[in-house]
Amino acid sequence: MVLGTYKEAVSARSTDSKILDVSQDGGIVSALLCYALDEGIIEGAVVAGTPDEDWRPVPTVVTSADEVIAAAGTKYSMSPTLSALKEATRQYGLEKVGVVATPCQTQGLRKAQAYPFTRFVAEKVKLIIGIYCMENFPMASLDTFATAKLGFDSLQDATKMDIGKGKFWLTKDGEDNGLAIKETHGYEQAGCNICNDYVCEWADVSTGSVGSPDGWSTVLTRTDDGASVFNAAVEAGLIETKPMDEVKPGLPLLEKLAKGKKDKNNAERERRAKMGVKVPTIY
Amino acid sequence: MFEKLKKAFGGSKDEAAPKVEEKVEAAVETPVEAAPEAAPEAAPAKPRIGYIHLSGCTGDAMSLTENYDILSTVLTDMIDIVYGQTLVDKWIHGTYAEEMPEMDLCLIEGSVCLQDEHSVHELLEARKKSGLIAAFGSCAVTGCFTTFARGGQQAQPKHESFLPISSLVKVDLALPGCPVAPEVIAKAVVALCEGDLDYLKPAMDWAACDKGCGCDVLTNVIRQGLCTGCGTCALACPTRAMGFSEGRPSCDRDRCIKCGSCYMMCPRSWLPEGRIKKETGL
Repeated sequence: MVLGTYKEAVSARSTDSKILDVSQDGGIVSALLCYALDEGIIEGAVVAGTPDEDWRPVPTVVTSADEVIAAAGTKYSMSPTLSALKEATRQYGLEKVGVVATPCQTQGLRKAQAYPFTRFVAEKVKLIIGIYCMENFPMASLDTFATAKLGFDSLQDATKMDIGKGKFWLTKDGEDNGLAIKETHGYEQAGCNICNDYVCEWADVSTGSVGSPDGWSTVLTRTDDGASVFNAAVEAGLIETKPMDEVKPGLPLLEKLAKGKKDKNNAERERRAKMGVKVPTIY
Repeated sequence: MFEKLKKAFGGSKDEAAPKVEEKVEAAVETPVEAAPEAAPEAAPAKPRIGYIHLSGCTGDAMSLTENYDILSTVLTDMIDIVYGQTLVDKWIHGTYAEEMPEMDLCLIEGSVCLQDEHSVHELLEARKKSGLIAAFGSCAVTGCFTTFARGGQQAQPKHESFLPISSLVKVDLALPGCPVAPEVIAKAVVALCEGDLDYLKPAMDWAACDKGCGCDVLTNVIRQGLCTGCGTCALACPTRAMGFSEGRPSCDRDRCIKCGSCYMMCPRSWLPEGRIKKETGL
């Protein structure tokens, strides 16, 4: 299955204007975290924040709705999220932790659960909210997009960053500036080129923009835990949903992009293996 | 008891029997005593486990005992500890056993000091007597911080060379970690009892490993174009030697104790897809 195993696919958004004001898309990640914190399903979560508001993501432990909302929004650079999981379970002493993770981070986390070589950490992860991810960029690549390609004085002039409709968007002074995705090729990190997971197939629930209209997110509920948290949040009125087949462009686009990523990056994996360069051993 | 263990550590869930039992129970409320009937015919021999303490700190053995919830079950129902000087008093230079018994699995903690003839002898003897040898904890696997030993201390100034055990004997299974985590010990023991070699395969493939360092993520991951900056290596590091620079792990080698955990845990070194799918149902 090109989208991995899932129970249900819906288009959804948060009903909380405080979340929608700052969220990347439908605010699903923030809404789920706030709900899970409120209900005691988790005591805290590891997310990617930007403490200096310079677009550089920093793994951050959040324990309140305010902190969740302060960390909302996508940062298109690497956040070594799992490094802060240790902080969450040790310094913060959290017993029930949520993690917002890209596909590769989810792979690391699921590996740590299946082979718990690190004591008393992986078992405390109670909710993995996965985000779709096509590729990620070094900070210097983002600088290049802003300054050399879009003519900004600095990346910091951007107030919103987004990828959609075939373009990399930077908003400056209220105006959206688009850069053709083709222009970003060659600037992604090399490790992304062998990744064959687009929709975070091993998360409890995964979400992203593709497939749903602006301001909405496409949600895939995967595990029992993921489905129960999501459905409870819908029931509590924190999230509104629409059936996937009633929205455009819907699942076909998501499937197309997921398959495209798999095909391209599996080919790259093979190419590297043939060259004799290391690729991960799969058991 | 076994069932509880398997459930706790993700052992095989699909047992043929229960389905039938359920049906019978639902129909006539058969007393629970009906079940044990199957037991006598099987009674498989419990794996005979040995534990050898070379140049280690006992942290790995303590880690084994930190499986508080299931330890008594493991020790009484699942395995026989037939050799060792910490959990039982049976060892080659002790008062109980002058001869090392046969073992299905021997857990060896610590590296081996080349200048200590007793350690070398016990290790070589264990190889002869054991079906499987597990390098138990990073000192045994990579040398860990005994890598830095250089002799010159009282009362044995000549004791300066400490090698990972795979330098002297064939190792079948490597369980790194400083110490190796309680959960993975338990899962490995359950896998062993169940003959689940699929689970043990990565540890078997790691058996020949004789070095580890924070550099491994540089050499084998970043330099190979594989790193995505996920942070798993820092999660694994017991000394917090792993920082990040430009989204890439950056090891403070003055803090690194060469346990090898970072590279072992990296999802870009190896990825247990089959096991993850089984455990998560995804």
